Amino acid sequence: MSGLFDRDKWQEIFATLRKNKLRTFLTALGVFWGIFMLVFLLGMGKGLENGVYKDFGSNAKNIMWVWTNRTTLPYKGFKAGRIARLKLNDLEVLREKVEELDKIAPRSDIGQHPVVYKLNSGDYNIRGELTGMPEIEGFQITTGRYINEADIEHGKKTVVIGSTVRKELFGALNPVGEHITIRGVDFTVVGEFRPAQLKEWNRSDMEALVIPLTTMSRAFGRGENIDYMIVSAKPGYRVANMEPKIRRVLKEQKTIHPDDPQGIGGFNLEERFQQVQSLFIGIKGFLWFVGIGTLLAGIIGVSNIMLIIVKERTKEIGIRKALGATPNSIINLIITESVFITALSGYLGLIMGTFLIGLINYIMVSNNLEPENFYNPQVNITVGVVALMILVLSGVLAGFIPAMQAAKVNPVNALKDE
Amino acid sequence: MGTNRLHVLKGLDIDIESGSLVSIMGSSGSGKSTLLNILGILDDYDEGEYWLGDTLVDKNLSETEGARLRNRHIGFVFQSFNLLNFKTARENVALPLYYQKVPRKERAEIALEYLDQVGLAPWAEHYPNQLSGGQQQRVAIARALIGEPKVILADEPTGALDSKTSREVMEIFQKVNERGITTIIVTHEHDISKMTNHIIRLKDGVIENGLEHV
Repeated sequence: MSGLFDRDKWQEIFATLRKNKLRTFLTALGVFWGIFMLVFLLGMGKGLENGVYKDFGSNAKNIMWVWTNRTTLPYKGFKAGRIARLKLNDLEVLREKVEELDKIAPRSDIGQHPVVYKLNSGDYNIRGELTGMPEIEGFQITTGRYINEADIEHGKKTVVIGSTVRKELFGALNPVGEHITIRGVDFTVVGEFRPAQLKEWNRSDMEALVIPLTTMSRAFGRGENIDYMIVSAKPGYRVANMEPKIRRVLKEQKTIHPDDPQGIGGFNLEERFQQVQSLFIGIKGFLWFVGIGTLLAGIIGVSNIMLIIVKERTKEIGIRKALGATPNSIINLIITESVFITALSGYLGLIMGTFLIGLINYIMVSNNLEPENFYNPQVNITVGVVALMILVLSGVLAGFIPAMQAAKVNPVNALKDE
Repeated sequence: MGTNRLHVLKGLDIDIESGSLVSIMGSSGSGKSTLLNILGILDDYDEGEYWLGDTLVDKNLSETEGARLRNRHIGFVFQSFNLLNFKTARENVALPLYYQKVPRKERAEIALEYLDQVGLAPWAEHYPNQLSGGQQQRVAIARALIGEPKVILADEPTGALDSKTSREVMEIFQKVNERGITTIIVTHEHDISKMTNHIIRLKDGVIENGLEHV
């Protein structure tokens, strides 16, 4: 049978390809380049995507920030321009009225204050918090522990310090159990933290000290005030849907006009995340478009060359027909040849593209290069599989017209002696 | 085919007996090539019937069926040999068996036998461009014979050969014919046609003479 593993057929194919090395090479180059570009573009696109997604850090994706700002509408006797204050009891109200709400982590920020350890001192950002912030913000506890329930309940004078604070005050010493003074008040260090993934915008977390919110209200006279809170939605709920509800409840609580666009500020990561996501769907679509276009040019090249090959081989095809070759066996021969060229050169392109992407990644990792918005370029398995499928299919397509042409060769005309 | 139908052959009625050695003669334009193409099922005919042995070769035969009949029953020999350059003598001879789906190894063995019959066994692994014209034509004859056809059709088989080689090639045809294979040779050389048993003279698409004995 003239099946796939027919040795004679392959012998024919190799003989033809060998006979026309340059032509074969140029044809193969077109497809090689097409697949190479496709894989390379998509791999780099993935790197861009990974880089941007990495910027979201290890923050839970379904969280939002809530704060208050200046109102713009007068309401129930209050003038416009008032700034309401968030209080600790607002958390209870939100928990009660917003059912999709999962965790709330409030933060009270009293700004920079002097912190002293023995002979070392510096001005650092002082924050009051409840438990739960590390999970939501994506903090890593490098030594000791974070603020816990007991600290909060008893208003203990305990403090967790950012990594930069530890470095500047303690050097290489283990800070846990040591005593420091904040604004003249004595605190015991219980742990050290830092963002799990360091970014330009969370570097300030390294220079912060966190004490229990309850301790802060007593020691520094902040009362029940909090500056902002971070809220997460329960699994299965979307924070983007929860945001209006939270605003509504808080406006009601703070006597702010329901239609006031200001008064309660909010920022949710999901919305931005989705914007970025749709941006990347667009970019990916564009990259596929460009890649497939390049590939298509390569395929048309193969088809063209195959047509020329058929023309050149008219006589040979005529001889074969005279000797009893059926039209099907001729079609089979031409298409196999076409699939062979496209599949082999495309496969090489696939390997080279993947290799180059891997090399770039390797160089970046081994040299600790972290360019902005670019991280871990990769060729995923889907791209590889789809590319291979396109290859075989395109080989068949490229061979189809020339094969039909070959099958129509008239032996009488082909064998005419010039 | 084209829109302008050209009547090349104008009503031929001829019965070539199985096992005969016949030459077809005629000047160019007499229709001898067309006749040969019809006999070889390479070309269609418009009217009439063509019986190859007891098989009717229908005028609307499918290409695939035509290929099968050619493969099984007809061996071609051409003026310009028409060997495949990238194949050895042995591979060229074996080609018709490939289309009969004979296994590779068997094909190679049989091909060597047939090359031996035309005296070219030592040249089995040579490529056509390493052989003389006469040798190439003998390879082509071996290729025509390997399928054990009913008929050998030769189109000017000596046209590209000198007279000595022509004679040698004709002797091979005579030997082939002695084995009972009908052999039809198109030629315009009298020396060649004299070496056949019957001559058909074609002129302007008609037969001048019936079946003339030599």
